[in-house]
Amino acid sequence: MKLIEFNKVSKTYKNGVTALADVSVSIDKGEFVFVIGLTASGKSTFIKMLYREEKPTKGTVTVGGLNVGKIRNGKVYKLRRRIGIVFQDFKLLPKLTVYENVAFALECVGMKEKDIRPKVLDALEHVGLKHKLRSFPGELSGGEQQRVCIARAIVNDPKILVCDEPTGNLDPKTSKEIMDVIESINKNLGTTIIMATHDQDIVNRMKKRVLLINQGLLAGDYAKGSYKAK
Amino acid sequence: MKGLRIFERSIRDGFKSVGRNFGLSFASIMCTTITLILVALAIVCAVNVEHATKTIESELSIIVYLDANISEEDRNNIETDIRSRSAVESLSVKTKDEWKLEMAESEEDLKTVLDFLGENPLMDTFTVYVNDVRELSDTAKYISSITGVETVKYGENMVESIITIFDVLEKVVVVIVIALVLVTAFLISNTIKLTIFSRRNEIEIMRLVGASNTAIKLPFVVEGFIIGLIGSIIPICITIYGYVILYSRLHGHLFTNVLTLVKPFNFVFWVSLVLVAIGSIVGMFGSLRAVRKHLKI
Repeated sequence: MKLIEFNKVSKTYKNGVTALADVSVSIDKGEFVFVIGLTASGKSTFIKMLYREEKPTKGTVTVGGLNVGKIRNGKVYKLRRRIGIVFQDFKLLPKLTVYENVAFALECVGMKEKDIRPKVLDALEHVGLKHKLRSFPGELSGGEQQRVCIARAIVNDPKILVCDEPTGNLDPKTSKEIMDVIESINKNLGTTIIMATHDQDIVNRMKKRVLLINQGLLAGDYAKGSYKAK
Repeated sequence: MKGLRIFERSIRDGFKSVGRNFGLSFASIMCTTITLILVALAIVCAVNVEHATKTIESELSIIVYLDANISEEDRNNIETDIRSRSAVESLSVKTKDEWKLEMAESEEDLKTVLDFLGENPLMDTFTVYVNDVRELSDTAKYISSITGVETVKYGENMVESIITIFDVLEKVVVVIVIALVLVTAFLISNTIKLTIFSRRNEIEIMRLVGASNTAIKLPFVVEGFIIGLIGSIIPICITIYGYVILYSRLHGHLFTNVLTLVKPFNFVFWVSLVLVAIGSIVGMFGSLRAVRKHLKI
């Protein structure tokens, strides 16, 4: 069984705008997939459906065996505990330290205090930020904040890491560093990565599977290494 | 076990958040304090108005004058008849001989006049108290229709006006208290709504990292409870000290000896309890309502 499956998925917003039309695609466990497209092409809607910030108006989205459209609002946490999410704007809590921000994801799900510490330290080690435990987000650079966001996303050992333009706010050098971290998570932890991006350089350089979304349609599904930006 | 850990964390985080968001918490606490002071004032006034009207009402009675030459047997029959009315609370008898003795003792001149008259010109009387002052008029009418009753006096015109005024007064006071409690609930919950609105990112992140709705709501509910609780401290102190001082300064009376104030103990403690309850419950539900709005992501 596929880890993620979109079956004839359409999404029309209340204002009448169709963001996705009849999209069918499946992603296997352990894959690294880029989702690319112009602004307002529908790639954000695609990404948001993975963690049920949006629900399909037609068709089904299945993530890890869960039918995303059928999950009630009160039960969404069951899906989100299987997924790590990395945001363009990091979404860190400014009044919590780096350690607390990462630990927050585990505290929220009711994990024991003694189990939290080693997991948080592990995650921070993975993103290379173990030395900044006690810093607050405001004291970190953009790249470092994104690393904290990634650490928080992987601390729960998710099967899937959804990245929504994680390098959108970063310079090329820092972007590369962040991509290295994400790739190492894919390689070393076997986590499936779905990443929306605008950055053609990254897509060209990394040679992964690419889903091209254009005006709500799946305009291309390029196998590993076969995509070349025009 | 997991539920217990989430509960423990909620209590800890609730306390932490009050400190971390001190500016906003302080605004909510002050808003709670000010509105609860108004509520305390309204409750103290309402209970005292109620107390004063009840005191005055309980003093109202019917004086029944019996025929001058009524036999003891007839008098007893009339007494039994009146006592059997459900509206009658109590009845005291004063015979004409007792009246004569009392008058003679009070005034030397009266004694001379009464002695001069020889036969006792006074009448036997009953003083009748009713359970509810609204029954006064009907009871008086009934008594005056009994054979052997000469006259009935109960201050007809005054009683009717007093009852009307007190009825209106009590209703006005109750409406003011209810309105104030509602305004308090509205103000407190709106202030909390504002503080939570400024922290909607926090709620959004909690949702996105997989916290259940209960785990998100609980810390905010605890925080609302703490804000309500702290907000009720000053109003409680003002109620207790203020009322005790007021009571002793006025020696328990307002303007005249007829208008007595409610004794401070245990009254102030009841008012305090009501204030804590309003503060904490409104705080909790205000938070809950506000958080719910942000749980749609």
